[in-house]
Amino acid sequence: MNLSDFFYMGGYAAFLWPAYGLVLSVLVYNVWSARRAHQEARRAAVRRLQMEETRS
Amino acid sequence: MWTWFHKLASPPHFYRIAGLTIPWFSWPALILILVGLYGGLVLAPMDYQQGEGFRIFYVHVPSAIMSMFIYSTMAIAAGIGLIWRMKLAHAVAAASAPIGAWFTFCALATGSLWGKPMWGTWWVWDARLTSELILLFLYLGFIALRSSIEDPQRADRSAAVLALVGVINLPVIHYSVVWWNSLHQGSTMFNPGAMSIQMKWPALAMLFGFMLYYGAVLFVRLRAEVIRRERNAAWLREELAR
Repeated sequence: MNLSDFFYMGGYAAFLWPAYGLVLSVLVYNVWSARRAHQEARRAAVRRLQMEETRS
Repeated sequence: MWTWFHKLASPPHFYRIAGLTIPWFSWPALILILVGLYGGLVLAPMDYQQGEGFRIFYVHVPSAIMSMFIYSTMAIAAGIGLIWRMKLAHAVAAASAPIGAWFTFCALATGSLWGKPMWGTWWVWDARLTSELILLFLYLGFIALRSSIEDPQRADRSAAVLALVGVINLPVIHYSVVWWNSLHQGSTMFNPGAMSIQMKWPALAMLFGFMLYYGAVLFVRLRAEVIRRERNAAWLREELAR
């Protein structure tokens, strides 16, 4: 099988590649958004602790 | 055993152990998904009825199984949180919801992309498709309900009740192709003999890869939840100073 056959996917390329592309982008997005949530929570906690320090 | 369990459930311990565990999930997940992709796209033989188009199977079916697996995990965690008032269990439910919702979206979208060439339509209001769409709405409802209630404990409890009520939908999705006359084909993954091993193993690799991936993303989200829920504790101060 050569490369163009592979990408042609027996005529199903227009359906198959978007399906794979979509799932892989969702997988990447989920990792990114979870890490951002973690960083955001850390930043918010730092702010919270600083506020408490200035108050006391 | 119980002391070990309690220790693990304490926020500082959990935060540290989760951090150490994540690479043990994420690297095997990446490898299994890559192996599954290669197996599904290159090694697996072509289907005699659906040709190369059937290869959507390798992303569609694992996503669909994950959408239900994550919902079950979420509901069990919510139930534990309700009964034993365990904050970490509620955090597991909260952290699972967005991941599950995305897998449900993937199952629906890839199913649509598979349905168009095989059935001639993007969508039919059939039992399997409709019940899976309801699953997406359950996830979104759970997320919306949580974010609409200010008090975290009340948000936890109300969302947990919603998650538990939604469990009724899981057997409906699973048996929809048996109970109703559906356009959707029957189960091949759980039906021994429906698929040859050469065709099946990439899907299994993908599924286990997705499960480990879920574990890794769940732990990252859980760490965020633990910090969000922890108020002025000494360990947090110490942890953030690093």
